[in-house]
Amino acid sequence: MASAAEAAYESTQAGQKPGGRGQWRKVLVAYSFIAPNFLGFAIFTLGPILFAFALAFMHWDGSNPIEFAGLDNFWRLWSDRAFITAFWNTILYAVLAVPLTIVCALGLAMLLNQKLPGRAFFRAAMFFPYVASLVAVAVVWNMLFNPEMGPINMLLYYAGIDPKNLPRWAADRNWAMITVVLFGVWKSMGYYMVIYLAGLQGINQELYEAASIDGATAIQKFRYITIPQLGPTTFFVTVMLTIQSFKVFDQIYLLTQGGPGTSTLVLVYHVYNEAFISWDLGYSSMVALVLFLLVLLITVVQFHFRKEEV
Amino acid sequence: MAASLAATGWGRHITIRNVLLYAAVVAVTVAMLTPFVWMLSASLKLNRDVFSFPIEWIPAEPRWQNYIDIWTKIPLALFIGNTAKITIIVTILQLLTSSFAAYAFAKLKFPFRDVLFLGYIATIAMPWQVYMVPQFLLMRELDLNNTHTALIILQAFTAFGVFLMRQFYQSIPDELCEAARIDGMNEYQIWWRIMLPLSKPALSTLTIFTFVNTWNDFLGPMIYLTKTELKTIQIGLRMFISQYSAEYGLIMAASIVSLVPVLIIFLALQRFFVEGIASTGLKG
Repeated sequence: MASAAEAAYESTQAGQKPGGRGQWRKVLVAYSFIAPNFLGFAIFTLGPILFAFALAFMHWDGSNPIEFAGLDNFWRLWSDRAFITAFWNTILYAVLAVPLTIVCALGLAMLLNQKLPGRAFFRAAMFFPYVASLVAVAVVWNMLFNPEMGPINMLLYYAGIDPKNLPRWAADRNWAMITVVLFGVWKSMGYYMVIYLAGLQGINQELYEAASIDGATAIQKFRYITIPQLGPTTFFVTVMLTIQSFKVFDQIYLLTQGGPGTSTLVLVYHVYNEAFISWDLGYSSMVALVLFLLVLLITVVQFHFRKEEV
Repeated sequence: MAASLAATGWGRHITIRNVLLYAAVVAVTVAMLTPFVWMLSASLKLNRDVFSFPIEWIPAEPRWQNYIDIWTKIPLALFIGNTAKITIIVTILQLLTSSFAAYAFAKLKFPFRDVLFLGYIATIAMPWQVYMVPQFLLMRELDLNNTHTALIILQAFTAFGVFLMRQFYQSIPDELCEAARIDGMNEYQIWWRIMLPLSKPALSTLTIFTFVNTWNDFLGPMIYLTKTELKTIQIGLRMFISQYSAEYGLIMAASIVSLVPVLIIFLALQRFFVEGIASTGLKG
């Protein structure tokens, strides 16, 4: 990665004997740079991560002594219907949210990559939902999508939809997941738009000029230049989005509390319930471990496909 | 009008295509911002008028009283104060310790450097939710449950910060550091006088990310803070919403207030932000 730089750095040190005093000073200086961050990171992140893996194979309620559980927690997953629901709901959320966000983000980026007056303002406006406080936008979302009085259903009603057929959004088993997904897409697409904008600006304009000379239509240019050239960006966005989707919790807690029933119960929600409601810390960690393996698996698979493409 | 258009990008090419494009952009922007406009409009209404249809976007008699009442109905100022304190401390700690560590990872050579950095990298993709429970138990053991310190520690030392700063520092030529060493600067001086001033785009990006994430954090404060006087704006707002679920006007006013600090930071730094995401390797 930085081999040239390292070689250069080493050559400046060639005069010093390894283990000499100057060398030790340098090492100490280097560690002093790292120490403040690394100590905090090691104690409060690395430590808990290792503990989380161990805890998955223990029984513990947080106050009585810890007991070794072997694979008990693992076998319990298979008979825990809430876990199985949460597992598939998490996959469903990802399957719906990832492609939809990619399409919307790319569309926005294509629109705002054009030269037009006030472009900076429009970009900032699209990005704003991403940074806006979640609690505030979730409550307004619930009001907009309120089944009885919300403006969205009012609009649908005046558009001629029979009141009996109006979607009940977050209050309906079949619509709750869609409501949560729509919220997630709206909230995050501005961020991925910015990443796509960076990707679009990296495309060599000569490709488009050459295609124009060959008489390519706008759709052909999009299909045969833009999409392939954006390959690495799309790959990055897909990995990021998939991981984000598996971690989804806040917006579900705020919009539906996992309901109605268990229709929007997701893995992190189950981790939260098992830990902070049931105080079954070992089992909660086992569910968290599944979440981690899922994220790891997706990342590995996506990198594997990436290699085959190249 | 035509002159100002010529100055801002379109030149003289005001064609049908451009007009359609502009109409599309405006339409999408309006759709994206509608929830905020509705929020603002509802925050100036009586409860019974909030859901009236057709929507009265600009209330005939704006009810500014809502913005006075929220400060007494809930300790909103306290919540904002708590959040501001946590956010500012976390952001400063994050910027200092990340750029400090990143300097060593990018520009110095020492034993176990790559192993240690791998430790950071390995946890970037690790969802916080995987280890939030053991982290909570550790904090409880250290008697930090129900303190702001817990939340500060939780967010101040992230792998993401170190990674982002290191990526940026690697793009700065090593010759610059070499020259400074020959001039007799020590490593701390190089970091302070050369690296920090050069890394403004990366620092701005990290500032926004840290500020926004900490300000908007929900699950962290929800797990750690149960005492009302310690609550942050997010869980405070949430508490208010569950207590006064039918006070729509007040809820919307409080929501608007909770958005303002983020909006200010965002508008002040958004130029850096868009640049920063594109240039600091956040883009893979």
